[in-house]
Order: sequence, then structure tokens, then C-alpha cells
Amino acid sequence: MFKGIRIAVALVSAAMLILVAGCGGSEQGAAKPGDKIVLGFSQIGAESEWRTANSESIKASAKEAGIDLKFSDAQQKQENQIKAIRSFIQQKVDVIAFSPVVETGWDAVLQEAKAAGIPVILTDRAIKMSSGNAEDYYVTFMGSDFVEEGRRAANWLVGFMKKDNEPVNIVELQGTVGSAPAIDRKNGFEEILKGHSNYKVIKSQTGDFTRAKGKEVMESFLKSAKAEGQKIDVLFAHNDDMAIGAIQAIEEAGLKPGKDIIIVSIDGVKGAFEAMIAGKLNCTVECSPLLGAQLMEAIKDLKAGKTLNKRIVTKEGVFPADVAAKELPNRKY
Amino acid sequence: MEIWIKLWRIVTNSRLFWPLAALAVVLLFNFFYTKDFFVVEIKDGHFYGVLIDIVNRAAPLMLLAIGMTLVVATKGIDISVGSVIAISGAVAASLIGGNLEYVDGTQKLVTLVPMPVAIVAALAVTTLLGMWNGLLVARVGIQPIVATLILLVAGRGIAQLITQGQIITIYYTPFKFIGAGYLAGVPFTLFIVLLVFAVILYLLNKTALGLFIEAIGINSVASRFSGIHVSKYIFLAYAFSGFCAGVAGLIICSNVSSADGNNAGLFMELDAILAVALGGNSLDGGKFSLLGSVIGALVIQSITTSIYATGVPPEITLVVKAIVVICICLMQSTSFRTIIFARWGQKRGSVSESTTVKL
Repeated sequence: MFKGIRIAVALVSAAMLILVAGCGGSEQGAAKPGDKIVLGFSQIGAESEWRTANSESIKASAKEAGIDLKFSDAQQKQENQIKAIRSFIQQKVDVIAFSPVVETGWDAVLQEAKAAGIPVILTDRAIKMSSGNAEDYYVTFMGSDFVEEGRRAANWLVGFMKKDNEPVNIVELQGTVGSAPAIDRKNGFEEILKGHSNYKVIKSQTGDFTRAKGKEVMESFLKSAKAEGQKIDVLFAHNDDMAIGAIQAIEEAGLKPGKDIIIVSIDGVKGAFEAMIAGKLNCTVECSPLLGAQLMEAIKDLKAGKTLNKRIVTKEGVFPADVAAKELPNRKY
Repeated sequence: MEIWIKLWRIVTNSRLFWPLAALAVVLLFNFFYTKDFFVVEIKDGHFYGVLIDIVNRAAPLMLLAIGMTLVVATKGIDISVGSVIAISGAVAASLIGGNLEYVDGTQKLVTLVPMPVAIVAALAVTTLLGMWNGLLVARVGIQPIVATLILLVAGRGIAQLITQGQIITIYYTPFKFIGAGYLAGVPFTLFIVLLVFAVILYLLNKTALGLFIEAIGINSVASRFSGIHVSKYIFLAYAFSGFCAGVAGLIICSNVSSADGNNAGLFMELDAILAVALGGNSLDGGKFSLLGSVIGALVIQSITTSIYATGVPPEITLVVKAIVVICICLMQSTSFRTIIFARWGQKRGSVSESTTVKL
């Protein structure tokens, strides 16, 4: 007899579960037009100026677009991000967006989001799934295209040098070995230069994305190039900070950065613009953290029922030295 | 023949022989494989060349190694120096301030506080941090690696807090002199190292300080019973290590005219410990050689600079560095040499015979 009751209880609870699940679905559909869209955003942390500008941009754009933003700072920890996403699911936000602090380990929480029917947008960094296709779990990945940044730097260089036959010797300061921006920027840069055989990267070494290492490695480049009888025409740095360090090394070697050695770097931080105004840097390719406006636009499109591209590239510019003075007051990072 | 063997033994038994041999090997490699490595020319009124770079770049590491040697001699270790470097730079940079002001098109030099005040403040803060380590080790009795681990972890956070997570650029050019200036054609950093080195060497040799520190490292209990104020000297060693890290931090910060809380001095504590070890000092405390550690620091920087100069691909630089360091360590290890030279000695019976007779 007790067995019978147990089965009945089990049946009833199963039925209730189905009902609850059904209700959940209908509740979402019932959101009235005109209601504020609720966005849950989990940020990595505030580890750099770049990241701070990224957060500011998202907050300001949400306000402007009339989107209700629930912002959570993960302080560089994945467990905090997972907690934040789970709480967004419980609060039944309309859209979840986050910058994943690491690539892997998102399977469970993204499945929960999918089960709850909440679309997920990745910003700035991509993810990998241990099984299955990661693309099934997010609607779009929005961020910079590092390969394209490398291509832009090379394209600007080729256009600026205007040399088709004379050899152009390039030295490269790479980012941290194995990091995505370092690999992609190098590949993009080399891809364009393949079509220009007179451009040659004669030396390439990592400067770890820091000013101090950028300076130290450049010092060494200058001396060994001289000893080998080569002239360095161009410096390509994977970020502005390394270029700023290298500029000091070039000056200490008695050369004029920006004139004797043409310098192009990537990021577009304020320091780079100051260097360009001083005539010491020739061009910076933007890697913009200011994706707030694009993010809000994408969310509105999504809610209007449009399908988003799986990959949205941040709007970024190339800033040669001659526009630096005009652009500097607009820089937010 | 006999005299030469004797002389050889005296030379190789000297504490400084193996560190110097390591430095010679690295430089010799460059003599053959790197063009113009030893060329020093005069540019803009100062010496200019790869050797000058090595000395200039090794300066912060030499300072760290000097401080670390004393700590290691007391049977301790200070793994917080990298973070202390970041704090030192952060304090100096935030006090001088990242202001770029132009008056009639020329840059006007502005500081929030006078530069000497900023320098003294940075050194005071780092010495205090060293004292904090000393307090934890000498008074509270926490194991050195654990006690200094606290500051290793917290230090970067403190530096971030001071710089508010940003890289502060210093536009006040006189500050640049500390890390990138030249005095009589020689990098100013070298004078800083020489000054610190001379002062501490004088104190160690002209007072009983050196003897006390060695005694504490060999047997701290016996030292206490023989009347040495053990905890005081341990405390002072850590305070001095903090001070050295502070000076190193100022040099690093000044060299690139900016303070980077995230990256300044990152992993330098490991290089400092390595420099002490390469200098022929036992990490088990006791007898020590400051000059050995300074040479050890030069060896490390020579390896780094050689790697850049020979164009080793960035993906494998760390592996190359590791292999060189392992080889140097093996060369210095007495037991390893015994194994190698025992075979060599057997072939030349007379050498090993004379050894056994003397033993």
C-alpha cells in the first residue's frame, strides 16, 4: 500500500515539475513590450585601464539605451562568474552577457542558462566546451579581432612606407608567448607582408606586453642589428606599452624614434597618443574596450526577434600620428 | 707539477672561483657567437654597448641579491621582494604624480611633492615592509617562506591600490636619472649598487655583524646561548632586504619612467634567490659571500642578454635559460664534480693518489 502512495507522490511531483517548467516558459513569453530589458553582465574584474574603460562603457551605454543592467565584478575568479550567472538565471534576466575569465569550464552553467531559455552573449573573449559545439550555447561573440588588428598594422605600414622594391627591415616585439593577442596579431601582420617580399621581419622576441621588457629587448635589438650590419627601419610592437618602452631605448641609442625608426603598435591607449603628438610614434591600431553601445544594440535586436551574427567585431579605428592631437581628448582609456 | 696542482686546488677551493667561471663561460660563448658583444663605444658622452647594458640591467637584481644573501645567511628566505619592488615604484610614482603640463609649448616639470621626499618615502615604506617580514620571522616565529609569502601575495594588491590599477607615467624628467642616467659616462645605477655594497661590506667586516649573521645561520640556538641577540639580527636582515628591494624598485620604475603595479618586479624574487645560489652560497644559511651573489646576478643578466642577442625564438628562451642554469649549478656542485673528476682522476693515478695522501 505504501508502495502505491510512493508511486502516486512520484507521479504528482513529476507532473508538477512539468507544469513549473511550462510556467517558466510562458512567463518569459509574457514579458510585455515596453518593459525594461534586464541585462545581467559578469565582468572579469578591474585589472587594467583597458578593463575599467570596458566596464564604464557598458554601464554608460546601458543607461543611455534604457536597459536595466545588473553588473557583477568577478575579481578574476571563474567561480565568482559562475555564481553571478546562476543568480542571473534565478532572477530571470532577459539576456546574460559576460567576459569569460578563462576559456573552459562553462559547460554546466551555460546548459542551465540554455535550459532556462536565456540568451547568452560573450564579450571580448571566447570559450571552449569540453564536449559539443560551444556555438550552440551563445547567440553571439562580440569583441576585437586580433588577427584583423595585425593586418591593419601591416596595411598601414605598407601604405605609409610606399616602398615596393627597397628592403624594409622590421623588428617585432611580441606579446606574452602563447597568449591569443600575441599569436593572432603576429599572424595577421605576417599574412599581409607575405604579399610584399621586400618587407622582412629580421628580429622577433617577446616583450611580455610590458614597458620594461619592451625597452630591454629593444636595447638588445639595436645593438645586435648594428653588429650584424643591418639597419632597423620599422618597429612593430604588439601593444602600445612595449612601444613606449622601446621608444626610450631608441632615444638612448641616439636615434630618433618615429623618424629613424618607424613605429607602429596596437591598442590605442592614451600614452600612445601622447607619444604620437611628440612625434615619437607613427601609428596605433585601436583595440577598443568601448563595446557598450554595440552590445546594447545587439540586445535590442535580439529582443526584437532578429538573429544575430555569431561573431560581432568591435568597431575599431587606425590612428596615424597626424590625427593624434585631435583624437587625444576623446580617448577614454 | 706539484705546485700547479696545489695552486689549482687553492683557486678552485676559493668561494668565488665557480661563480666567476660561470660568468666567464657565458661571456666566452658571446665572444665567439655574438658579434661585437664586447665593443664599448662612446655615445652622447657616455659608454654604450652590450656590456654596459648587462651591468645596467643587472643593477636591480644585484641589489636584491645583496639583501637576499643576508637573509639566506640567517637560514631564512625573502620571497616578497618582487612585490616590494612594485610597491616602491607605486609609492614614488604616485607621490611624484603623472602630470604632463605644457606651458607655451614646452613641458613644465611638475611634481606633487619634491622628488627627494618621494624617494625617501618609497624607501621608508619598503624598509617598513621588510621590518614587517622581520617581525613575523624573528618575533612571531613564522617560517620565513610562509611569512614572506603573505607580502608576496598582498604586495601586488597594495601596489594596485596605490596606483589605482593604472600604469602611472612619470613625466618629471629628473626622476629618470636614477635608472637611466649616466655619471662620468657610466650608468648611475652602478654607483647605487657600489654604494650599497660598500656600506654593507664595511659594516659586515668592520663590526661583528657578519660574524653574528653567519653564526645564526649555522646554529641559531648556540648563537643565542653565546649571547648573540638572534632575533634582532634576523629582524635587521629582513629590513635590509626590504630596503634593497625598495632601491631596486626605484631603479626599475625610473628606467621606464612609469610604475606598473602588475608587472614591475614580477618573479624577480626567484631570480634573486637564483643569484644567491649561483654565487656559491648555501641556501641552508651560514657562511656567505656578498660578492658571489653580485656575480651570480651578473651571470643571470648575461644569460638573458645573450639570449636576446643571439636571437633565440621567444617560445624557447625559458628552456634555454633553464638548461644554462642547470649546467652552471652542476658545475658548482661539489658532489657532481667529484663523480666526474673521480673518473678523470683514475686515469691519472698520481692526482688521486696525492689527494688521498693529503686527506
